Amino acid sequence: MAAMTSDHAADIDRHVRVYITVFVALMVLTIITVAVSYLDLSVPVAVTLALLVATIKGSLVACYFMHLISEKKLIYAVLVLTVVFFVALLALPAVTHSSGYWIDE
Amino acid sequence: MDIPYTVEVRRDTGLTNGKIGIWLFLASEVMLFGALFASYILIRVGAPSWPRGDTILNVPLATFNTIVLITSSVTMVMAWASLMRGRFGTFRIYMGATVLLGFVFLVVKYFEYSHKFHDGLFPGTSNFLAIYFTLTGLHMLHVVGGMAVNAWLWGPGAKLWKKNPVWFTNRVENSGLFWHFVDLVWIFLFPILYLL
Amino acid sequence: MNEPAAVVAPKPHVAHEAHHEELGFWRQYVFSTDHKVIGIQYGITGLLFLFFGFSLMMLMRWQLAYPGSALPLLGALFGETRMPGGTMLPDFYNELGAMHGTIMVFLGVVPLAVGGFGNFVLPLQIGAQDMAFPRLNMASYWFFFLGGVTMLGSFFVPGGAAQSGWTSYSPLANIAGTGQTWWLVGMIFLITSSLLGAVNFITTTIQLRAPGLTFMRFPFFVWAQFVTSFLLLLAFPPLEAAGIMQLMDRVAGTSFFLPSGLVVSGQALEVAGGGNPLLWQHLFWFLAHPEVYVLILPALGIVAEIIANNTRKPLWGYRSMVYAVVFLGFMSFIVWAHHMFMTGMGTTMAAFFQTTTMIISIPSVVILTALIISLWGGSIRFNTPMLFALGFLPMFGIGGLTGLPLGFNISDIPLHDTYYVIGHFHYVVAPGTIFALFAGIYYWFPKATGRTMNETLGKIHFAGSFVCMNVIFMPMFLLGLAGVSRRLFDGGASYDFAQPVLQLNVVSSWGAWILAIVQIPFIFNFFWSIWRGEKVGDNPWEATTIEWAAPSPPPHGNFSAAPEAYRGPYEYSVPGAAKDFSPQYEA
Repeated sequence: MAAMTSDHAADIDRHVRVYITVFVALMVLTIITVAVSYLDLSVPVAVTLALLVATIKGSLVACYFMHLISEKKLIYAVLVLTVVFFVALLALPAVTHSSGYWIDE
Repeated sequence: MDIPYTVEVRRDTGLTNGKIGIWLFLASEVMLFGALFASYILIRVGAPSWPRGDTILNVPLATFNTIVLITSSVTMVMAWASLMRGRFGTFRIYMGATVLLGFVFLVVKYFEYSHKFHDGLFPGTSNFLAIYFTLTGLHMLHVVGGMAVNAWLWGPGAKLWKKNPVWFTNRVENSGLFWHFVDLVWIFLFPILYLL
Repeated sequence: MNEPAAVVAPKPHVAHEAHHEELGFWRQYVFSTDHKVIGIQYGITGLLFLFFGFSLMMLMRWQLAYPGSALPLLGALFGETRMPGGTMLPDFYNELGAMHGTIMVFLGVVPLAVGGFGNFVLPLQIGAQDMAFPRLNMASYWFFFLGGVTMLGSFFVPGGAAQSGWTSYSPLANIAGTGQTWWLVGMIFLITSSLLGAVNFITTTIQLRAPGLTFMRFPFFVWAQFVTSFLLLLAFPPLEAAGIMQLMDRVAGTSFFLPSGLVVSGQALEVAGGGNPLLWQHLFWFLAHPEVYVLILPALGIVAEIIANNTRKPLWGYRSMVYAVVFLGFMSFIVWAHHMFMTGMGTTMAAFFQTTTMIISIPSVVILTALIISLWGGSIRFNTPMLFALGFLPMFGIGGLTGLPLGFNISDIPLHDTYYVIGHFHYVVAPGTIFALFAGIYYWFPKATGRTMNETLGKIHFAGSFVCMNVIFMPMFLLGLAGVSRRLFDGGASYDFAQPVLQLNVVSSWGAWILAIVQIPFIFNFFWSIWRGEKVGDNPWEATTIEWAAPSPPPHGNFSAAPEAYRGPYEYSVPGAAKDFSPQYEA
């Protein structure tokens, strides 16, 4: 945390309002994701929807609770690098094993 | 010895050591859980059939747990905000709530697990259960770890507030980052395991 | 109400020698948070494990040279379950093989290269007092120690230590004895150690570098350790995940890696099945490929420092070396399946991994070429560190070049899992990395102790090691090209096609045993010089990097005045300068 400025109290008040808003949003999204699961959707659609909602929720937590929306470049750089390798980790085995790429599958 | 930038930020990066350190650690955790998610995808895609989560797992209980964890994330960030406002007493309340909610999460998981065992459903029973127990088990270990640190910050660790309030606030913030991450993982785990 | 106080500017940091409380023996030498003590702890422990891992191999080499014959004297030590009548059983051979690899990589080379050299040199070289997180650093060492104890302890469990290769492939590793569980637990400790260390190194490098020390003024050693730390940070967790899953398979009866219908010793396994052994391979190699760059990058860093210092010239192509090492680190994450060409992958995936593998050879060549060109026109001083650094260059070259046929799947078909592979990677790690580590020991010994090691003994050590390393590993290419598989407990003796090349096993074995003898002057030199070595000043090599500004040995806090960087790291023979070196830290 940087040096505390004189208007930081007002700053924090604004942050707290954001936290409460995000909290409400997260609750709503949780209910939505559970409600949607009761609909009879095909697996690909259900997966896409669930991941979409989860990504929104996760982004809210990351951006506002974890302050990522106002973080420094270095942290962004580390995270971008991580995401790239995370995608490699996720994508390559999955692509490899979908039918047609591996002879024994 | 005073290690620089423990409390004050370094000008060109704008960051303290602890902030960088915790984000680096979280990056490694992304790869850890990422590998397990990748494994889940691989196993599920390769399986001849895969049960829907809600046919085996308790969705209402897990929804409750999701709400518990999200709430604990709010109380965590409020604990930090209280310190930023200089309100140590309020910090204590919010941090205590965070630890308590973590405890509630664990209790619910205990009931979930024991119910499964009671029904003869063990990790070895099927691949679905294997990945379920492994993912939620590892997540649970992280909840315990986060709770331990938070409890320490609530209790003996809080002595630092008197000596160096900024340093203490930083510690709470960094611990909060870990706690939020634990919540974030659950936000993905819950729909993937329970609803799909 | 307690308002957080306004933050004051940091005081200039000086070594707090005067008021430094007297720490007891345990806090000062065993549970120290000082990066130099921790570095030495890592170094000594790493060297011990290196020697132990080497001993395991020396034992294996008896079996390879003289399959089925009893080992005189020593053979009796291993008991009836492992060496009845002094003759090695196949299971024991596998135990030795798996643990040799595991110990050398995870308990020997990496702790020495990263934990030892990284910890000791890095803060000094960037002008810091210590690491960003000194207590985390100490924890890192003790996790490593715990992992080592676990690995060693596994030899004593029923069934012995892990014996499914250092690669622990499923399903074999799943059904192996208890030792494999210990291996997995040990790995979790070691991975934790590395993760904590990586967090420390990266934060320290970014935050605690001296004023004026910009990234492009870093000694190459610092860049090498920096990239290495990212590899450790991001590549190890998937192996940890895999380890957890294999543990679950072994202990909780899951089937992450067990396919359906697996039959063991005539009986169907009673597990859920539906798992995928290839998943283990993917996750293992996702770590293990970056891991090999973890093995080589610190070595490249050490060699770069020593070459610049002993040619009295700046490194040629510093900038390209930096870009190359960063690019190398990035690419290392997307080549892993070149270890899996034989698993039945389709042409698209094979094409992808061949392409990335060929691309990754480019930065390695850039770095090696830059180091070689750096010699041109230099005033070369042939001291012991320089001899090892020079020896490193062709050895790494051979290691790298022999990797090329392995990187193409078509040429990998006959070579995969043969002695060719063993020759390839040992050239890179043994007369490659280990030579660089020896070089580093001779080079930084004066900084750590205030004394130099004996040059004559050093030259004997170098000459003997250089010859022996080649005697051991060169024949392996021939063995592999002839088709002899690795991990055969008789070295190929039971195969007709191998008969013409079996003699090579004897050659390699004698090379190994003589290599051990040649280490004696080094071991003696190392300990003797600690107490009796010639005393020298702070900068006996007349080097330019910041660690030489500190006293030898540096006190707690390292520098009497906070250093600053005024120029690049290799300002040797600057035209018009008074001396043939302009230290980075002198105004």
